[in-house]
Amino acid sequence: MTNDTTIPQIPAPGPCTTGKVRPHQTQNEALLFEKSSPGKRAYKMPPLDVPAVDPATLLGDAHRKTPGLLPELSEIEIIRHFTRLSTWNYAIDLGMYPLGSCTMKYNPRVNELVARIEGLAEAHPYRPDSLAQGVLEVFSLLQRCLLDITGMDSITLQPAAGAHGEFTGILLVRAWHESQGNPRRKILIPDSAHGTNPATAAICGYTVENLKSNAEGGIDLEALTRQVDEETAALMLTNPSTIGVFESQIHKIADILHAKGALLYMDGANMNALVGKVRPGDFGVDVMHLNLHKTFSTPHGGGGPGSGPVACKAFLEPFLPIPVLVRNSAPNDLENLRAPSLRVVAAATERAGDLPASLHHPPSVRTDLGFPSFPSVFEQETAERAVNHDSQPAGQLTWSYDRPQSVGRVRAFYGNTGMFIRALAYILANGPDGLRQTTEDAVLNANYIRHHLEDFYDLPYKTASMHEVVFSDKRQAAKGIKTGDIAKRLIDYGFHPYTVSFPLIVHGALMIEPTESESLEELDLFIAAMRSIAREVDETPDLVKSAPHSTRVSRLDEVQAARKPILRWRPAVSL
Amino acid sequence: MRYLPKSPAERLTMLADIGAASIDSLFAVIPAEYRLNRDLDVPRQHAESEIIDYFRLAGRKNATNYASFLGAGAYRHYRPVIIDSLVQRGEFLTSYTPYQAEITQGTLQAIFEFQTMIAELTGMDVANASMYDGSTGAAEAVMMAVRVTGRHQAVVAATVHPEYREVLATYAKHQGLPTTLVAYHPDTGRVDLAALEAAVTNETAAVLVQSPNFFGIIEDIPAIASIAHAQGALLIVSVAEAVSLGVVRPPVEADIVSMEAQSFGVALSYGGPFCGVIAAKEQFLRQMPGRLVGQTVDSNGYRGFVLTLSTREQHIRREKATSNICTNQALVALMATIFLTVYGKEGIRELAEHNLAKAAYAAQALSAAPGAGLLFTGAPRFHEFVLETQETPASLSQRLLDDKIVGGVALSRWYPELPNATLWCATEVVTREQIDTAAKVLSAAPVEA
Repeated sequence: MTNDTTIPQIPAPGPCTTGKVRPHQTQNEALLFEKSSPGKRAYKMPPLDVPAVDPATLLGDAHRKTPGLLPELSEIEIIRHFTRLSTWNYAIDLGMYPLGSCTMKYNPRVNELVARIEGLAEAHPYRPDSLAQGVLEVFSLLQRCLLDITGMDSITLQPAAGAHGEFTGILLVRAWHESQGNPRRKILIPDSAHGTNPATAAICGYTVENLKSNAEGGIDLEALTRQVDEETAALMLTNPSTIGVFESQIHKIADILHAKGALLYMDGANMNALVGKVRPGDFGVDVMHLNLHKTFSTPHGGGGPGSGPVACKAFLEPFLPIPVLVRNSAPNDLENLRAPSLRVVAAATERAGDLPASLHHPPSVRTDLGFPSFPSVFEQETAERAVNHDSQPAGQLTWSYDRPQSVGRVRAFYGNTGMFIRALAYILANGPDGLRQTTEDAVLNANYIRHHLEDFYDLPYKTASMHEVVFSDKRQAAKGIKTGDIAKRLIDYGFHPYTVSFPLIVHGALMIEPTESESLEELDLFIAAMRSIAREVDETPDLVKSAPHSTRVSRLDEVQAARKPILRWRPAVSL
Repeated sequence: MRYLPKSPAERLTMLADIGAASIDSLFAVIPAEYRLNRDLDVPRQHAESEIIDYFRLAGRKNATNYASFLGAGAYRHYRPVIIDSLVQRGEFLTSYTPYQAEITQGTLQAIFEFQTMIAELTGMDVANASMYDGSTGAAEAVMMAVRVTGRHQAVVAATVHPEYREVLATYAKHQGLPTTLVAYHPDTGRVDLAALEAAVTNETAAVLVQSPNFFGIIEDIPAIASIAHAQGALLIVSVAEAVSLGVVRPPVEADIVSMEAQSFGVALSYGGPFCGVIAAKEQFLRQMPGRLVGQTVDSNGYRGFVLTLSTREQHIRREKATSNICTNQALVALMATIFLTVYGKEGIRELAEHNLAKAAYAAQALSAAPGAGLLFTGAPRFHEFVLETQETPASLSQRLLDDKIVGGVALSRWYPELPNATLWCATEVVTREQIDTAAKVLSAAPVEA
């Protein structure tokens, strides 16, 4: 047995209290529309300083005669309405949120403050470059940081979220193959992959070929060798995989693909296991996306906004979506925006039909002259000014649209700037040592949970875990309790559930990602809760099956919701 | 590191507890030749005060004390203070997609309210929980129409935001979806109805227009709908300026409305994050992309809300999903919901009327300058207008900047046939004084001999 001294014994939640939870009073709150009364106001327009106009005259037939039924309320009612709603949510700020693959880490508050600084938050996307240098420098510095973190050569920050990044990345793959004369036909996707991967491949015009995982839950090299052919455009690989396992054969995977001219795409959803410890660019990845809302702490906000930058090797750079950030001092000054000069960027060969040299290379050359080239953001700026010593215009950042091989535009404007500011603030707060420690703590936490729960839950894959661990409900299912039931019961113990029934290669999966943000106390409470539920499965299974018992609503009827969808409020019909 | 809740001793305790010799033993599975044996080349750890200083400096470099007449798909409106108070509540800010309905009823009810408001404003039956932005929303709407009709061509008005059209082109390229561009009428700046009629065939899945269009002009939606529907095509109306719906008749003849809701209380933030949303007639519901929140009951019969119809989505349907979208813009949709609650039924109209008045005044004042004139006067506008000048936009822009004014966007980069045209926007936050100053600068134009 394991050493349990730190884990408290807590009683099962009865109606009153447990180690972490007590019943919490929440207030009922009707819909805004039900609370509305005509004539209430929460706004006051300033006096119009220009002549009023008659909308009916100006707009004619286009004048709106019937207003939309928006609610009419006072300010205090609005504050109370949304505050009350907020108390019905679980959140990272309340406790551990171990939603696997989502990296629910702490969202630092200084990030919120700096994203709202007037000069940044109120910058119009079409303001002249001369008035936008501040925000463009934020873009530039974030790009440089992300390039060194990933070990890649070029980057676009435009994609709005992870799936949008996948779309952009696969478009790069496609454009490159097209430039070689054949876009190719299929994308290989492991059966453990996120659903966004196959959905992305499909919208990029590829057929999806499923790649079966091996007994360890990783890529089956023999199957891969068999399935990769001259019509394979890429493999979309999540590394660490969705079961939290690092592909230790990763270099062979890249070699098998590259030998057939196929590329390696990495879904960076699990980058929180790698930052500062290992770089995808070094282990053969050609193109990847990052999720700033996962790894780089930008808030999840109840489902977004996210941000999904795409980083790639040099040979894919010509295909990046427009516009691309450049310094206008010299035509080829893109170097400025790539990783700092200490790294060798493999040059792509230009001969059609030939693979770029970088594909045949062992992991890119890495020097260990890793002395940080910019110890602080302020010194970094001084250094840049010294390099571009001519007066302002020479070193100005600007957008380049002259990109004949670009895949095109993937969204309006330049990306979710507000998220870039937050992600950069996170990187600055951490520094190289903090980023590495963050990764180490995330991996330590997952392994700690694994160690303390593997006697209670079935662990289908024994391979070493990185930042998340996946159990199955095999033992509990034998008693009629499924992963979804255990998840609901976990709510009664004061935790957000783990990710339920994913990845698909694990039947009845419990996918647990604690992140680095959990203290030892919180981890121990979580472990105690999970163990307690395991006992309940044996002793009081109905308690688990009917959970949650402590929430303001009990289990909701999803079947009814889908069969007769009610997707909006409508006023009661008066007879 | 101030965000990490562990003492060095606790780390050692945990390592000992799990039987690991060192932290690096947990990374032993990574082949040695790939491990990074140096510090990342990123700036050193910064104190909170230094971080604030850095971004304040960046903000100052951006220059803030300029009057701005920029619009073109990103609009500056007043943002009521309570928006930021409420969205910064950790329970909204730090929760995620409401998969676990019992502990995310707050987010779910707010999204249900958002869906209701968007449906009310657009005149559609249903709306989704949000899309990334107006540009990707428009592209997704076209793909939705392809699924609904089983047809594989699209017709797009040249008056749709040029960047939205570029995004659509990127999406359409790999879907076997040829698109035909329909020109605008030179007098009205509206889509040329005769050209549209010629372009739409019984192979057309969708007609995509924008209203108010990129020139700020309100399209003749009923006429366009007749042309589209006569051929069995769906009509998609993109609304890039959501505040217009306070005073402009909603596009009720459309089958799908794709809206950019940034104007509803969302900061410009140099172009993102914004908030797209797709609304549609109920019959097309099953082909909608994105998340939907539905009302239901719990086991005790109480009202509650859940994510619903998820069999359309990627996590269930994988490569057969209606879209690959997963994370959307939930917190930004919440901002929009709060904004619309603050203004309410009357306020949104009054706000829109102020915009109408400011733009009418600005159009009149600026076009009165010698050598300046309005283009496209033959159709109603909302709060944007196209000004043609004798002076080149580059020269004009520089003279305005000298007076701390950011003038209209030069249109030639997208419409080369309009070399001396600029697109101006006057929302409620633009003052008469700023308009008068801009008019004065315009009047001082170097007169051509």
